[in-house]
Amino acid sequence: MTEIEEYIPIVGEPVVEDLKLLSRKLKGKVIQNINSTAVGGGVAEILTRMVPLLNALGIDARWDVIKGGEQFFEVTKKIHNALHGRYEEINRYDLDVFRETSRRNIEDMDICGDIVFVHDPQPIALIAKKTDNKWLWRCHVDVSNSYKGVWNFLKNYIVDYDSAVFSAPGFSRKLPIRQFLIPPSIDPLSDKNKELPQETIDSVLDKYGVPRDKPIITQISRFDRLKDPVGVIEAYLQVRKTCDCRLILAGGLAEDDPEGVEVFNEVKRKAKGSKDIHILLLPQSDIEVNALQRASSIIIQKSIREGFGLTVAEALWKAKPVVASNVGGISLQIKHKYSGLLCHSIKEAGLALRQFLENPDYAKKLGENGREHIRNNFLVTRHIRDYMLLFLSLYHNDSLVYL
Amino acid sequence: MKYKAKEPFRFYTRLHLSELTGLRAATLGQLLKLIKEAPDSCIYHHTHRFLQQYQYLSCEPPNDFVYWVNEILGERGLGEKLLNIDTIQYSSISELREKIASTIEEHLRKNPLAVFKFSRNQEEFHFIKSISFIIPTDYLVYDLDGFKEILRKVTLDSVYFHVFEARLRLGEKTNDFSNWIDSSLGQKELADRISKLNPYTYTLEELRSKIISLVEENDILSI
Repeated sequence: MTEIEEYIPIVGEPVVEDLKLLSRKLKGKVIQNINSTAVGGGVAEILTRMVPLLNALGIDARWDVIKGGEQFFEVTKKIHNALHGRYEEINRYDLDVFRETSRRNIEDMDICGDIVFVHDPQPIALIAKKTDNKWLWRCHVDVSNSYKGVWNFLKNYIVDYDSAVFSAPGFSRKLPIRQFLIPPSIDPLSDKNKELPQETIDSVLDKYGVPRDKPIITQISRFDRLKDPVGVIEAYLQVRKTCDCRLILAGGLAEDDPEGVEVFNEVKRKAKGSKDIHILLLPQSDIEVNALQRASSIIIQKSIREGFGLTVAEALWKAKPVVASNVGGISLQIKHKYSGLLCHSIKEAGLALRQFLENPDYAKKLGENGREHIRNNFLVTRHIRDYMLLFLSLYHNDSLVYL
Repeated sequence: MKYKAKEPFRFYTRLHLSELTGLRAATLGQLLKLIKEAPDSCIYHHTHRFLQQYQYLSCEPPNDFVYWVNEILGERGLGEKLLNIDTIQYSSISELREKIASTIEEHLRKNPLAVFKFSRNQEEFHFIKSISFIIPTDYLVYDLDGFKEILRKVTLDSVYFHVFEARLRLGEKTNDFSNWIDSSLGQKELADRISKLNPYTYTLEELRSKIISLVEENDILSI
């Protein structure tokens, strides 16, 4: 189990001391997290890391999972897609399935929290069990372009919560309750982000047959049109006219995305004929992702839409110069020309890549700035601190709070 | 000579949480309107956030308004004028707000076409409120030796609180350190030297080192 003290060499002792100080203010409070799955998916990953760390700080944090079933999760998947702005046909029967499963969960779920922390839409209807305790709804989804009908359906539940939490400013919506901004974080001690010996990095490059003879530009993302892998190749081909370099496009295929294989084949076709473009279908291996990021000279994230874009934080933490689209939570991580370069088109992406390749000192400086920005703002220690402040905010309404 | 304080100095820390307001601007006109209407805690957030979140930079860009006007709207002329607003000269958020608003107003008067510039989708300016949690730490000091020792140890959030927040948001005339050094230790000269620093021209780490070096210089002078 990770101990909070293990973060001291990374963030410094005073930061950890502040966490301990803050945790004392929550003594005696039970924090009950509720989501829809114990394994798989970003929320479960966050809770697997956060709950033990909160416990290590002496906070009684617990984690419960609602019961679902195939039909229920089919409906919640549709809701999820519609929140992301994708058209989904959600009919009355679907909503009845949602309500019925929610009703059973309301009956079965034992609510023990002084603060009940509900994650994402699946368990949202549990708010019916609110008594004199405090309830938070944590939205991990980008709802800025969601379908009105679906949003309004959820809003009926959200308005009964005490506060809502979003990951980026643009994700928030007009609500009659308090809304807080808490971006996600990366764990510097995890396999995906910890330091790696050079042999490990080399062995991963050998495994995928990537020579180390020229600068490597990498995008790590699942094969999805929203990540614009074809656009990345076009930007690379632009750069390649004047700068000798390689491109790696590496990622997996999401099980719930039937388009993935199609996009993967499209990308292969686009890259055909260039021996310097490496299209890698990765297994679920955090160490391999880590190694590829560390082996790269530049990381690109040319997404068309993005939730928060944690791959950007991962790259910056490795002090890599990053070129990324100005979408979703990326603008929180990259301030143009300070901690990376933002782009809005293939042409701009190509120019930014060339700027880094031709000015290695500039690239290095922005990479270093990026690492410090992540250290200050996007590590798990900041995330825990924000959660503790969020819990405390439920008992204070002012903008200046003396504890 | 070692001075013992009449009253000890308690170090506090200040942690903040960002509250979303739902207010957003896509044009300069909208930005101006919201700057005039937004709560003080929003103006404070957008003029001071960089100091805490970008500790590795030498305070540039100094605030969110400058960054947005420059990088998103491309209004460099106005960006430069906003950049030249010397925050240290303003003793309250409302004075600072007024200065930012009048600078934008003047720019719009002289450049009427600037009103037609829009931010791209997803690049709007979102107004965020800063919720500050002020917590006493266990560190209590009685003299300058103890003060130096603890100042080296505390978080940058603590340094930030005693220097920036105490003055601008809590309405103190000077920073907490100078106040204590003068009123409890009677070391007015040192207090003045710290008070005269323009904290906006340092990173927080540099500021901490600068204050420690001023205390050390004072030690040498008083031997």
